[in-house]
Amino acid sequence: MDMKIYSFIFAMWVLIIIGGGIVVEFVGPISLSEDIEPIITSGVKVILALFLIFIWVFTLTKIKNWVFKSQAKS
Amino acid sequence: MEEKIIAAIIVSAIAFFAIYAFTPILIKFLQKRNLMVKDVNKPGNVMIPRPGGISILIGIVASEITLYFFFPISEILAIIITSILGFSVGIVDDRKTMGGWFKPLALAFCAAPILLLGAYDSNLDFPLFGSVKIPSLYLALVVFMIPITGNTINSIDVLNGVASGVTTIASFALAISLFILQNYEIGLACLGLAFASLAFYKYHKFPSRIFPGDSGSVMFGATYGVIAIVGGVEVIAAIAILPAIINSFLFLSSVKKIVEHREIKNPTSHTDDFKLKSTDDNHAPITLVRLLIAKKPLSEKQICNEILKLSAFSGVLAVITAFMMLVTI
Repeated sequence: MDMKIYSFIFAMWVLIIIGGGIVVEFVGPISLSEDIEPIITSGVKVILALFLIFIWVFTLTKIKNWVFKSQAKS
Repeated sequence: MEEKIIAAIIVSAIAFFAIYAFTPILIKFLQKRNLMVKDVNKPGNVMIPRPGGISILIGIVASEITLYFFFPISEILAIIITSILGFSVGIVDDRKTMGGWFKPLALAFCAAPILLLGAYDSNLDFPLFGSVKIPSLYLALVVFMIPITGNTINSIDVLNGVASGVTTIASFALAISLFILQNYEIGLACLGLAFASLAFYKYHKFPSRIFPGDSGSVMFGATYGVIAIVGGVEVIAAIAILPAIINSFLFLSSVKKIVEHREIKNPTSHTDDFKLKSTDDNHAPITLVRLLIAKKPLSEKQICNEILKLSAFSGVLAVITAFMMLVTI
């Protein structure tokens, strides 16, 4: 069995842990000025969370393409 | 603690033996009514009874209702109702092939009991870093979680024994994780799912004697999803089914839209000795199976074993993650 697929799963796991750390340490505590509606603060957090998801999916797509191409070549 | 051990034994036994005893009866019933489909990965015209979801429904619901008598909490009630709703969505799809959007939308409504019963905690827990409180966002997560897990298990139900095998391994890993986190009641509910899927695996493994159908696989996924939410172990649950998530991810990233799996080009074809090989069609989606056979053709049994090994690897990562939840840096 090729280790690349296990590496793919391991990479996903590491990305989940790192992503969780960024959400807890940086995104969660974000608090805009008291005058600003809480819904706007939530909206900013959602945008940042979506951006993180985009990076996560982009990274995984690159890994997937690399794994599939190297599997098909060998 | 003694009460919990007794409950664990009774719930596990009911989940396992209900399915173990009822499935052969269901197989005969489905054969008599000619409710069978062709097993496309076998040479000849091998017909397999479907759907086995009815047997899975009986096992899971009987065990969870028993657990509710031991611990009458809203979380277990939410598990029972969501599981039944998940089965209902699947059985509709079994009887009549619905469009690609039907299951995600219908499964989103299956999350209603969780919200109505308030059986969730809006904190999202991460390993090592603690938790983040996201009350509004969490509602969206609850609504998305059931369609994601339901469709994820449904999408991987392509070979003999894979859906039930992956659910068995992931559920045992999740149950162990819940016990590590001392969430015993939901851990027992997860044990019910684990033993139910194990009993069904006996009949579903290669060569299958019955297929779960959409009703079975969607119910497995919906039950798994609701346990993840009410147990507050969403991240661990996602890690435990990473091979299935990868399958959905690979599929969506190559197809780039939500479609019913029966509508897409088959990403595999057969060799003369009926092994599966990757198709030459560049427009066919990349799936986990296609990734596994990209290098060389494999038999159905070999592919099933490889997927179950990947699931075991993810299960170990999930349990490690549960231990990491106890540590905050």
